[in-house]
Amino acid sequence: MELNQLTAHELLEKLNHQETTPEAILDSLQARIRKVEPQVKAYVRGEQEAGNLTLNSFSLGPLKGLPVTIKDNICTEGLPTECCSKILRGFRPPYDATVISKLKKSGAAIFPLKANMDEFAFGSSCENSYFGPTHNPWSLDCVPGGSSGGSAAAVASDEAIWALGSDTGGSIRQPASFCGVVGLKPTYGRVSRFGLIAFASSLDQIGPITKDVQDAAILTGLICGYDPRDSTSVNQDVPDYTKSLSGDIRGLKIGIPKEYFVAGLDSEIKTIIQEAVNKLQNLGAVIHQVSLPHTEYAVPVYYIIATAEASSNLARFDGVQYGYRAQSDNLMQMYKLTRAQGFGQEAKRRIILGTFVLSHGYYDAYYLRALKVRTLIKQDFDQVFGDFDCIVAPTSPTSAFKIGEKALDPLKMYLSDIYTISVNLAGIPAISIPCGFTKKGLPVGLQIMAKPFNEEMLFRVAHTFEQNTDWHKIKPRL
Amino acid sequence: MSIDKETIKHVAHLARIELQPNELDKLSGELDEILGFIDKLKYLNLEQVKPASHILPINNVLREDEPHVSLTSEKALENAPSKQGNFFSVPKIIE
Repeated sequence: MELNQLTAHELLEKLNHQETTPEAILDSLQARIRKVEPQVKAYVRGEQEAGNLTLNSFSLGPLKGLPVTIKDNICTEGLPTECCSKILRGFRPPYDATVISKLKKSGAAIFPLKANMDEFAFGSSCENSYFGPTHNPWSLDCVPGGSSGGSAAAVASDEAIWALGSDTGGSIRQPASFCGVVGLKPTYGRVSRFGLIAFASSLDQIGPITKDVQDAAILTGLICGYDPRDSTSVNQDVPDYTKSLSGDIRGLKIGIPKEYFVAGLDSEIKTIIQEAVNKLQNLGAVIHQVSLPHTEYAVPVYYIIATAEASSNLARFDGVQYGYRAQSDNLMQMYKLTRAQGFGQEAKRRIILGTFVLSHGYYDAYYLRALKVRTLIKQDFDQVFGDFDCIVAPTSPTSAFKIGEKALDPLKMYLSDIYTISVNLAGIPAISIPCGFTKKGLPVGLQIMAKPFNEEMLFRVAHTFEQNTDWHKIKPRL
Repeated sequence: MSIDKETIKHVAHLARIELQPNELDKLSGELDEILGFIDKLKYLNLEQVKPASHILPINNVLREDEPHVSLTSEKALENAPSKQGNFFSVPKIIE
């Protein structure tokens, strides 16, 4: 095995025993990137820059210079952070996001290339990037999922050891599922959003994308915690998540939501998920069917709340403080042309939809109504978690779809997030782990959801499943 | 609910986005379809339901009013497309 193929915890072992160096790990990643990046395109300007990568200096700490790959919407001081949008072209943040400062303090090296994504995280396929689409390492004519498709594809193709993504409606879990890797969306408030370029502030969370559950537990522990610079971050102790990797789920009560197994779920995925549920039962969990009755309203609620918040958050991109500016003698015209030329089609669609649902005369009918249904969706979960330790479901109704297949039909694309969106609306944590392959050889993800601030439950169940299966060990042939 | 082109033009103005005529045509069809889908929320009885403007039970987050180091104006201006001295520069707005 080459170094770049190992997990972070395996490399940490080697670093601790002086069996390797951060430079050797970088060399191995660089060789891999030169080889496969022309096909995968997981990184922004990956092909052009792969020849001259250097690691930034890193401080002494437990990670000992191990590189972490970062999604292009998380601010990294001095390193381009463009949200894969023309409107942020050339932006180099003057400060680090809190998660980046935390990683640096832990001795991590920030990988010098940023991971590709849908522009401003608007998308489920990575096709909306200004820099062009990322390709799924398991089947190059398929999408890697999105919006954190670059992070997931980089980890799956061994172009990264591990990565950070962000998840507003499934943007970590769905690409993790499509690429056969592990992806966690932490509880809302668990990880500081300071320095994450905002999409929908009441839904966004940063989380890990990794090769196995142990790496996810380690990386989550490093980025969690209270931050006075994010007033929505919660002041609560961060447990040692690696202690949750007990391998024992005997007696745990797991709910299977019937609303997630209806029309729209691919029959092959359904069978694979059912087999995974049987596995959990064989490992000692107690399985019951449960109901989340407002599931069908999650996508409409999401596309009101998320676009409303996005329209407000993206008002700051006006050609004045950073990024692209269109030339005009007239200020209003400068704003309008900058935004017309700087934003891609999906960004414009969402900003206009969001502005509409907040506008005079429509606020009560759309935005206020959506906030009320959000309460009902949250109550559905509260009810189930009164009796159950976690909920298990598919991460996505299908495996990775073809590039171009849904690109022209926004509604169809929105519906591909149907199983991940409720989790963001309810603010709860959820993880996606590999649980099988379709006949065509595409990975399938199993989603586990738990109560707020009970990431430990996710790691415990996910790790137990993983240690009793071999899905996470299978790698794409590239 | 459908959305007419005049409304889209008005909303695009509010959002400060200049739309091309072909973009307007395309958007009007797409937004109609999306709003049609969203309309299913109309059939829920929500009279007794409180809106969830925020999912966590935290309110009125305050901090001590203590001075601390922040970005210098040079750093804040580093990414500006146009600047003059210590200021962002924009097209003239006063005749």
